[in-house]
Amino acid sequence: MAGMCPYGRFTHAVVRGIPETFGRAWEGGESGVDLAKAQRQFGVLTGALRQKMGLQLIVIPPDPELPESWRVEDLAVVQGDTALITRPFRQQRRSEAEAVRRVVSELNLSVVEMGAEEGGSAGATLEGSDVLFTGREFFVGISSHTNHRGAEVLADTFKDFAVSTVPVCGGSRLKNICSMGGPDTIIISNSNGAKKTLHMMEQLTDHHYEVLTVPEDAAANCVYVRGPSKQDFLLHRPPDECPDSAPAFQKLTDYTLLPTACSEASKLGASLSSFCLLINRKPHF
Amino acid sequence: MTTEVGSETEVKKEPEKEKGEEPAPTADAQPTDSPAPEQENQEVAAPSENTTPEAPEATTPEKKKEEEKEKEGPVKEKGISRFLPPWLKKQKSQTQVTPKEATPLETTPTDGGVATVEGEEEKAEPEQEVGETSPPVEPPVENQEVNGVEVEEREEVKSEEGEKEESHSTGSADTQPAKEEKEECVEKGAEESKPPEEGEQEKEEEAKEEKKEEDKSCKPEGHSILKSPLKLTKKMKVAMCHVMMLDGTKFPCEVEKRAKGQILFFKVCEHLNLLEKDYFGLSYRDNADQKCWLDPTKEIKRQIRNNNWQFSFNVKFYPPDPSQLTEDITRYLLCLQLREDISSGRLPCSFVTHALLGSYSLQAELGDHDSDESRLPDYVSDFTFGSAQGKEMEEKVVELHKSHRGMTPAQADAQFLENAKKLSMYGVDLHHAKDSEGVDIMLGVCSSGLLIYKDRLRINRFAWPKILKISYKRNNFYIKIRPGEMEQFESTVGFKLPSHRAAKRVWKVCVEHHTFFRLTAPEQPPKAKFLTLGSKFRYSGRTQAQSRQASSLIDRPAPYFQRTSSKRISRSLDGAPVINVTDADSGPPFSSTPGENGHDPALELNSDSKVEEAESGAAATPTGTSEKTGQTNSAQLQDLDKTQDEVLKHQASISELKRSFMEATPEPRPSQWEKRLTASPATSLRLQGPGQAEVEVEETVVIQEVRKTPKLPCPTPELVVTAAVETEQPPQEVEPKVNQEAIQEVEPEVNQEVNEEANPEVKEETRRASMSSESESEEEAEYHPQVEVNTSVNQIREEPEEEEREEKEDQEELKQEEDQEELKQEEQEEDQEEEKQEEQKEEEEKKEEHEVEPEPSELPEPQLPIVETDQSPAVVLASEAVPVAEEEGNTDDPMMTPEEAPNGHVHPQDPAHSEGLPGLVALEEEEVEPRVNGETERHQPQVICCSEPPVVKTEMVTISDTFAAQKTEIATKEVPIVHTETKTITYEAAQLDGGADGEPGVLMTAQTITSESLCTTTTTHITKTLKGGLSETRIEKRIVITGDSDIDHDQALAQAIKEAKEQHPDMSVTRVVVHKETELEEEGEGGEN
Repeated sequence: MAGMCPYGRFTHAVVRGIPETFGRAWEGGESGVDLAKAQRQFGVLTGALRQKMGLQLIVIPPDPELPESWRVEDLAVVQGDTALITRPFRQQRRSEAEAVRRVVSELNLSVVEMGAEEGGSAGATLEGSDVLFTGREFFVGISSHTNHRGAEVLADTFKDFAVSTVPVCGGSRLKNICSMGGPDTIIISNSNGAKKTLHMMEQLTDHHYEVLTVPEDAAANCVYVRGPSKQDFLLHRPPDECPDSAPAFQKLTDYTLLPTACSEASKLGASLSSFCLLINRKPHF
Repeated sequence: MTTEVGSETEVKKEPEKEKGEEPAPTADAQPTDSPAPEQENQEVAAPSENTTPEAPEATTPEKKKEEEKEKEGPVKEKGISRFLPPWLKKQKSQTQVTPKEATPLETTPTDGGVATVEGEEEKAEPEQEVGETSPPVEPPVENQEVNGVEVEEREEVKSEEGEKEESHSTGSADTQPAKEEKEECVEKGAEESKPPEEGEQEKEEEAKEEKKEEDKSCKPEGHSILKSPLKLTKKMKVAMCHVMMLDGTKFPCEVEKRAKGQILFFKVCEHLNLLEKDYFGLSYRDNADQKCWLDPTKEIKRQIRNNNWQFSFNVKFYPPDPSQLTEDITRYLLCLQLREDISSGRLPCSFVTHALLGSYSLQAELGDHDSDESRLPDYVSDFTFGSAQGKEMEEKVVELHKSHRGMTPAQADAQFLENAKKLSMYGVDLHHAKDSEGVDIMLGVCSSGLLIYKDRLRINRFAWPKILKISYKRNNFYIKIRPGEMEQFESTVGFKLPSHRAAKRVWKVCVEHHTFFRLTAPEQPPKAKFLTLGSKFRYSGRTQAQSRQASSLIDRPAPYFQRTSSKRISRSLDGAPVINVTDADSGPPFSSTPGENGHDPALELNSDSKVEEAESGAAATPTGTSEKTGQTNSAQLQDLDKTQDEVLKHQASISELKRSFMEATPEPRPSQWEKRLTASPATSLRLQGPGQAEVEVEETVVIQEVRKTPKLPCPTPELVVTAAVETEQPPQEVEPKVNQEAIQEVEPEVNQEVNEEANPEVKEETRRASMSSESESEEEAEYHPQVEVNTSVNQIREEPEEEEREEKEDQEELKQEEDQEELKQEEQEEDQEEEKQEEQKEEEEKKEEHEVEPEPSELPEPQLPIVETDQSPAVVLASEAVPVAEEEGNTDDPMMTPEEAPNGHVHPQDPAHSEGLPGLVALEEEEVEPRVNGETERHQPQVICCSEPPVVKTEMVTISDTFAAQKTEIATKEVPIVHTETKTITYEAAQLDGGADGEPGVLMTAQTITSESLCTTTTTHITKTLKGGLSETRIEKRIVITGDSDIDHDQALAQAIKEAKEQHPDMSVTRVVVHKETELEEEGEGGEN
């Protein structure tokens, strides 16, 4: 299949700067976030993506009107040469997609609009943080932000792949409890809810994945990139944020581990992967 | 005159058989004889068919085989006749007839003309014997006489015919069968009515008259008694099938109306020159326009309920790793299927993947990208598979095509498949359903298990290892799930399907996929010990593992095939999916002639040649086939071994043909028969069988309707008359041997002297009838997929062979010991040809039987093959009775190849093999055994078995309690469920099994009447109420006729049947089961209304 290649090959990363309004619009009200710290952490993250992992970084300027616009992961699902522009659950966020749409278009990705697919108000909602793409298939977490209709649109968009829906039992987003840690490796939290989700994933898949279990939910969200010379890079939460999970990451031999702090964003329910949209513009066929 | 006669006969036959189905290709017919043109047409059509890859044998279902066995000569004749002008044909036939009848030796001449004559004679004979005057008498006489002259004569005729056929190997059998039938009838009639020596003209005239008469009788069907006419007509009937090939062309071919699915399938595969055929199947559209797979083991006519014989050749099992396929041609066909899947939307894929696949197809068919842009617009659209994004897609395809420069077609196909196989919906067979909450979902059956989709989302998945049981009831489909680590109890998940048929269809697909992908060998069909309600369906073909083994032995040079076809052009114009259809429509021109031949000339030629060889081999050299069958029977059952051996040994083409035949023949039945036949082997086999089959099939809920007349959901009384006639024979265990011996003794004579054609036909018919009764009506069925043992396959294979060998050895020993006749040994050893012939005949018979199955519903009674029409069963029965007796010996074969049967392998896979090859050998030697013991087993569906050899004398008549018990059990089981589709299993395998071991005991316990003929009648009335509120009353009468050899069993049977009919005029006789056992003979007739 055209887009079927081991997970982890990316060429571009799309990020969006932290606006001054960072944390203000968050549902939880007082989040106690430190804007400056958040921006520092954002800088470290983007630096790792560009300098360590060798990705071309596309930085979208922040927009104060869109306090959550830095969570670009939610706004699009990209696989191969197709980008699905999602419909975030909250109405306020839907205007965030415009900038992302423009960027992916400039990358010559074929853009698919969920709204267009569903006639606008079909009720489909999907956020990229509920989508786990393993390189072989999609798992879509049915959560408070993503519904079945949204998953259907995703399935219609990426027809080559099996799209399975799983309940998100722990955390509010699928990717808050799991992420890819390698071409065939899933990093997942050790919580009971996460175990249930993992169980469903294992039942639904035709493939076999290695599973790296980490004690803390926050540690389960990582960013894996396979470099051009086949190095394995992994952005993960630093030991000071997830002390219990540090040993688990040490099991990943031959990996270039890149501890990256994400304390401020995590206060808003986000994590490392929330910041970036990874794209591969070098299809392997 | 002679010519005219021949033409007439042929003509008559043709019209009846083919009426309107095939256009008369040529107008060669003589002006004088109106019929002549018809004949020619038939002939022409036949040749065309022959030309098509699959040999007529393969194509012609069991009937043909049977006929061929009996009328091998005629077959050849037909083949020859095809090539010859009608006049010549007629003349030859006439002349030949005389010599044959008068002096068999004369007939032997190799001239095609002679052969044709024989065929006519044969035809005449059947008519006269069976239908007209002495159907009952003659057959009984033969049977009674055991080795009577008649039998010998028949055998001789067969041998002669076989020789003729051999000599005329060139003739194709496709059309021949029908002709043969006709001819046979004519011949028979001529022979009987007039001495063989009579002037040729006279004979001719007579034959003509007879034929005419027969035809008349057949047409009106008023003469119920006249079996021959009915038979003729039925036999004659040929259906014109149109098979939509994967490349969009239509492949027309003729198949006997009673042919089983595999007959057609093998024809198609032969046409394609396809060896790795296990991944493929034929599908048709039912009345609801649902795609259904044609069950290779059942009659086509019974499956397609509408009259249009339209099929399509498709991939049934998508290999998860196409790179493991052995031959490029197989991959190519898979590519074609996937293109169709994509274009039709069944296999969704992204734009990029779509374009990529298209570019590989482009590379495969057109080679490197041509810089000439002018070509692009024309051809590229063909490779977009109907993509809606035409222009953009075409550009992408071309762009990608450029990158494939240097790739060979085979490599391009391989790349195509490497990409296609990764698609998530690759090989997923979707079925609409609702979950327990009424939500619309889709059930996807694939190689790894069962997938549950809601819309396009996968919401659940049950891998085969997690599934403990698959069942359906009404329109519900259930899977029982193995408890997980955290769970203690099994859970059952139910789905609601739109209809009962849909539920059954999903169930069958699941059973097939599980068996094919998960098991190393197909499991045996559910045991028949106790009648169970429900479907006994099991996948009987090879598993993927077996197919791989078999294909690993393919050593033929890569067959040439053309990837680019005119079809494609047409497609391109219209758009992929539509294109196919349009092609099909436009196809007719191609299909008529060029289609078959035009496709791949080379392929077709090969196939033709193969066919001819196979035919010649089968018909000409019965012994050879028999030997092969004998050895390979078990193997065939187990598929891989046989095929492999054959392939290795022989030319690929020949082996293929044989295989096809073998496979075509019944599957599980034979094994069961085998089991019974050879008591010891059977047991061993049985034991092995269960163990072997990883998947245990629990047919807890198997609803079998003894015979369903589809019309009558209402109460259907069944009359079962079972007459058991025990012949003097050694102990129960020995029975098989004894039978063999008797058979052997008889056989040699028969083979040489007389052709038993008539008998086989009768047997065939009876069998057919029984088969028909088998028709499946399953409301419920369970399937327990348990993959326990992987080794089973190998074991099975090996074991069966060993068993067969043992059986053979036993037979040989018996022969040697008792059969002082050197001839026998010689025949066995040296006269492979004869055996082959016999086998062929048997096969034919078997085929006929199979064919009969479909009709049986209509024709409840196991009437003689002669009475193809469903006309007055009662009369038929009487007439049949005689034939049955005769057939008994032969009938066994049709059901199972004796050898195979004895082995006890009931592998569904093997049936074809068993039928084809084993039949011959078994017929002579083992046939008897299988009949006795195996009948019930084989007949799982409906068994009308005449196990004993024609010659066998019956001394003892014992009614075994066990049998009765079994029957009663069966009846009870059967009764509860009545479906439009009913499978009547008169005898359960279990019974058989028990019988093999227990039968002897039963016999002992049974009342033994040594004295003269005695008739004991046991009547059982069973009334069941079906779900629909319909009630069915079945009356089973078991008539045990015990007597010494002096008794005329046939007559007794006929009387019994008549009586039964008289007693229950309202009821129809659905089944007549005749068991002749050296010790015991049971003749049972079951009538269902």
